[in-house]
Amino acid sequence: MSLTLFLIQCLNGLQYGTLLFLIAAGLTLVFGVMGFINLAHGVQYMVGAYLVFAFQQLTGSFVAAVILSMAAALLLGLLLEHFVFRHLYGRDHLAQVLATFGIIIFLNELAKILFGPGTLTIEPPEFLAGSVQLTEQLRYPVYRFVTILAGLIVAVLLYITVTRTRVGMLIRAGATTPDMVSALGINVQKLFMIVFGVGAMLAGFAGVIAAPIFAIEPGMGDNILIIAFVVIIIGGVGSIRGAFLGALMVGLFDTVGRTLLIEGLEVVFPPSVSNQVGPALASMLVYILMAAVLVVRPQGLLPAKGAA
Amino acid sequence: MMRVDRSFLVMALIFALLLAAPFVLPLVEQTYLLSLLIKAMLLAIAAISLDLLVGHGGMVSLGHAAFVAIGAYAAAIGLESGIENILALLVLAVLVSGLFALVTGALALRTSGVYFLMITLAFGQMAYFTLTSLAPYGGDDGLTLWSMATLFGSDVVQNGGQLYLVILLTLLASWWGVHRLSNARFGRVLRAARDNPGRTEIMGFSIFRYRLTAYVIAGMIAAVSGLLTMQHAEFVSPAMAAWQRSGDLLVIVVLGGLGTRNGALLGALFLVLVEEVLGSIFHEWRLLYGPLLVLMALHAKGGLSDLLFPAHGPETTDATRANGEQI
Repeated sequence: MSLTLFLIQCLNGLQYGTLLFLIAAGLTLVFGVMGFINLAHGVQYMVGAYLVFAFQQLTGSFVAAVILSMAAALLLGLLLEHFVFRHLYGRDHLAQVLATFGIIIFLNELAKILFGPGTLTIEPPEFLAGSVQLTEQLRYPVYRFVTILAGLIVAVLLYITVTRTRVGMLIRAGATTPDMVSALGINVQKLFMIVFGVGAMLAGFAGVIAAPIFAIEPGMGDNILIIAFVVIIIGGVGSIRGAFLGALMVGLFDTVGRTLLIEGLEVVFPPSVSNQVGPALASMLVYILMAAVLVVRPQGLLPAKGAA
Repeated sequence: MMRVDRSFLVMALIFALLLAAPFVLPLVEQTYLLSLLIKAMLLAIAAISLDLLVGHGGMVSLGHAAFVAIGAYAAAIGLESGIENILALLVLAVLVSGLFALVTGALALRTSGVYFLMITLAFGQMAYFTLTSLAPYGGDDGLTLWSMATLFGSDVVQNGGQLYLVILLTLLASWWGVHRLSNARFGRVLRAARDNPGRTEIMGFSIFRYRLTAYVIAGMIAAVSGLLTMQHAEFVSPAMAAWQRSGDLLVIVVLGGLGTRNGALLGALFLVLVEEVLGSIFHEWRLLYGPLLVLMALHAKGGLSDLLFPAHGPETTDATRANGEQI
């Protein structure tokens, strides 16, 4: 593999990793704080992508569309919390799985009806359309750099919020001993609502910035949800740092590792074997990484020790 | 005793109806219903095995469809390589699926609770993507089979033969097997580990071993469902392993009633019925099905089995307690 290709794959991995982080962060916070398993988190990512598509058609401006979509994603999250999730916090995980599975089915079908079953694409905005010359042969799109940057900024902001602010302290306390927090006069219900809304907005934001890169289609959130679970298992449930580490590992493994593996197999085996084994093994790579982490550290690499 | 007999009566009634269907339905020219019943029975076999995990073991697995698909693919690949005897294919499917269950189960059971759910989901997805990358066996599009398995040369296990009865008998056997297993010491230990893992461990049972055994058995039964699905559809595709199929199986088990004798059976019939009725009313039936699941999760806690036949036998009380957070 040439150095140029390797660099591109690294950047793609980084970009995929930051995107995964945005999704996994909300998922892990919601689970860590409320003990709530939200399968519909992936579908909120899809909703973000469709929203930015719809708003861009309406307003014609990408920036306005981004802002409106984030507001709408937050609103949707709060509505879902109010009407469904709130009633399931104390219930067992099976009821939560059943309800959120129902929401996925509903929203996927709704997207199919409103926007059609095919894939949609939108262009990145004009001012982010170009690409940067990195080396002599390597140009990389500005928009992808911006998504990496946006993901990193959100990661830092989130980390500071959770570790350095009052709300963050409440979130950490609520994750460990919700009854005690409630007894101290904190409105836990409101805290849960905030965490849920922020989680939904992060997933929506991930969908928004992914829209110009990947195709928008019904069900696009389902696969990324499962990868986000893998990220959480690798990083440790409830931990923001763990989610960040896991997301970058999965992102890089899935892009760089995939290429390296296929090229490596071509060196060792004749093409007839490597062409058959390569793709199958490459698609298992991320899960093998997860299995390896489970063998060594079943609780994840950076589990939350009462702290996020 | 009366209470226990009642769930047997329900079961006997369902099986009698299923047995009568192939004789009655052609008379009223409703043969289409037969394929629906086959679909429900195949789902029920897989759901019965899942109930052993979720209902009795408290292990919420969201990757069970992978075992169905792996069983179907193992049989289909065996068939393509020239094995025609369905018994040989059965052994092959069960072994491959059991091996997959052993490896992934041993890893997934290192954790508990919601981790278990995520990990089974992830391994299910791994199976799905692996199947889509099997280019020699159809890849994404799946594999159409041109000749089907036989029983020592007889077509009794094919669509042209008595496949309906074979599936019905398999369903009966899985129902009976899981029922016996759950009443035996094995099932009691599983339920004890679900309700109080610490105490069970102290009593000298290795929870891990019991759970792993249950996981492998469930995977093997699901593989039988996969083999019969292949035999009925004459086609296998990675879509069988899609995580939505695992979700459907979980919906069946929960709607039917966890850890109840007939829950999986009722749930499977109900799901096929709902799909068919809603689907015939309007094309976008999922718009109703989704909210229906949400409502069920919010309000119907005991499942269909409790709703239709509110018996208060020892098993139903178990099921209402099954909602604990242990694995």
